[in-house]
Amino acid sequence: MTTPNSPLWEVFIRSRNGLAHKHVGSLHAADATLALQAARDIYTRRGEGLSIWVVPSSAITASDPAEKGMMFEPAESKIYRHPTFYDVPEEVGHM
Amino acid sequence: MAVANIQISETPLVLYTLRRADDALILGHRLSEWCGHAPTLEEDMALANMGLDLLGQARELYAYAAKVEGKDNDEDKFAYLRDVRQYRNLLLVEQPNGDFARTMVRQFLYAVFADLYWRAMMQSKDATLAAIAAKSEKESAYHVRHALEWIIRLGDGTEESHRRAQTAIDDLWSFTGEMFAVDDSERGLIDAGIAVDPAPLQPQWLKTITTVVNEATLGLPASNWMQQGGRSGRHSEHLGHLLSELQSLQRTFPGATW
Amino acid sequence: MYTQALNTSDADDRNVEDAARAAAFQARIDADERIEPNDSMPAAYRKTLTRQISQHAHSEIVGMLPEGNWITRAPTLRRKAALLAKVQDECGHGLYLYAAAETLGTSREELVDAMLAGKAKYSSIFNYPTLTWADIGTIGWLVDGAAIMNQIPLCRCSYGPYARAMIRVCKEESFHQRQGFEIMLTLCRGTDEQKAMAQDALNRWWWPVLMMFGPPDKASQHSDTSTKWKIKRFSNDELRQKFIDATVPQAQFLGLTIPDPEMKQDEAGHWLPGPIDWDEFKQVLSGNGPCNRDRLAARRKAHDEGAWVREAAAAYAAKRKRRQFAQAAE
Repeated sequence: MTTPNSPLWEVFIRSRNGLAHKHVGSLHAADATLALQAARDIYTRRGEGLSIWVVPSSAITASDPAEKGMMFEPAESKIYRHPTFYDVPEEVGHM
Repeated sequence: MAVANIQISETPLVLYTLRRADDALILGHRLSEWCGHAPTLEEDMALANMGLDLLGQARELYAYAAKVEGKDNDEDKFAYLRDVRQYRNLLLVEQPNGDFARTMVRQFLYAVFADLYWRAMMQSKDATLAAIAAKSEKESAYHVRHALEWIIRLGDGTEESHRRAQTAIDDLWSFTGEMFAVDDSERGLIDAGIAVDPAPLQPQWLKTITTVVNEATLGLPASNWMQQGGRSGRHSEHLGHLLSELQSLQRTFPGATW
Repeated sequence: MYTQALNTSDADDRNVEDAARAAAFQARIDADERIEPNDSMPAAYRKTLTRQISQHAHSEIVGMLPEGNWITRAPTLRRKAALLAKVQDECGHGLYLYAAAETLGTSREELVDAMLAGKAKYSSIFNYPTLTWADIGTIGWLVDGAAIMNQIPLCRCSYGPYARAMIRVCKEESFHQRQGFEIMLTLCRGTDEQKAMAQDALNRWWWPVLMMFGPPDKASQHSDTSTKWKIKRFSNDELRQKFIDATVPQAQFLGLTIPDPEMKQDEAGHWLPGPIDWDEFKQVLSGNGPCNRDRLAARRKAHDEGAWVREAAAAYAAKRKRRQFAQAAE
């Protein structure tokens, strides 16, 4: 017999206040409440977290790696967005 | 048996502490029996976490009982070298796991009680008990949350899950009265502000149980007949089997260190 | 290792791949780039990884059973807590690994169904029984020790999700081997009976543990592609030798004898084992180990008896969604 698929969730954890939530892994759960509990039981057993987000994996829209050129390469040539592009004499000090 | 049972000076405080420790050990042991066999991997993780919480509570309480008693008993002697008649846990916690519904109902009935009980014990005049209670309360609060979500899903899930959950409630209900019973040994400690008087906790316990059971479209049994005996060592037949497994190595190899 | 049954070649599949894309993929691998789930990848890479990661996951889950066999009998409360936490970790590791495998496009349920149907392999080591408490020490010391040897290089494997899962696994496993060694040390410093128990466990587990690293390099067909794709970074024999060299001094420290009268040390200091019985290995892998049937039966039982629980959770979730829609429509 084929086992029916259960929804997949992505888990994000804030390891301490001041830091952003970071993706730590996935799990299966029938609904959001069970997913949150499971995330706590699976991903914070060693004190890894202070806050958890669970998101249905199906809710994530991802960019296509095949479009990497169009999506990300145009940014590479805009070097004037970075502070090191500009020359400031050393005697001016830190700026 | 190759190793004799230990002797315990059951002063009221030692007995009181052992009762709480035995509840935690036996229920933790039961939950640990699920490891590797749960309905989902996620639930396997959760059951083990709760088992570890309870095991931790038991160990702290045994350590304190040993200190209060002041003989050479320790956590392992309490756990491994007492027989059925010396165990002081509630009948509820020694009931077999059965199916997942039975385990969750048992967990729910106990955790709601334990959470109220630990919260009250945080006010104990005994600083060690108050500290153990403060730590344990956070654990039991989560056990309540976890169990109640499952009770609701099992009760209001499928016909089969509803039937199994209702059967579990009907079968386990008569073991709940014992949680609120008090004997003379405990009465003195209650009067001294050390032990918790469970009687005032019962209305709140019943309210929570009723609310969740109703939401789960389940019902509570009409019968109010309650079993007693665990606190004085008159147990169900199940505990002996649990102990023979739990204690097998310590009993087979007298005096060995593990 | 946990994926030791991977002995078939997927070379044929590559004929259908566009040669230019295959070359571009290989160039990324050669440049030590990580491959991520949505990236274009050869079908054979996807298939090999799905099989390897899922076998690894099955091994973690089936691996809970031999040790789980002793949770209720652990001889002290400290040992009981450590063992329960450890076996729970194995469950978590299986879970992380299934999730990594799922990123390649096969659901956990399909992967588990294949295992329960006996169509997927798991590590041969878990088809041996745990007969005494010393087996728990030996598994932690040797089986986890061998697993760590294999898993550390996997942290740098070319497939991102697998590598990330392995980093988490390795971090968590660091207590497992120590836990096992501590049990062995306690037994070896204990009574004569306990020491005999430890030696007996080593005698039974030594050869099966050496087999965990998989067939000898000259007999292993799949290693070439796996190495080329940087899924595998060391050969079976290299890892096996590394493990033996690390373990022999530990056994000496414990005062235990490795059950291999032909073992000798070469000039470079390596401990060379006597011949390994690969027939036994093949038998165990093909289902004839002492516990193959029990292990699968236990997993099927848990799966079957859990079906109504999973159905209940799904039914409740569906009901609640309907109620929310109904409320919103009011």
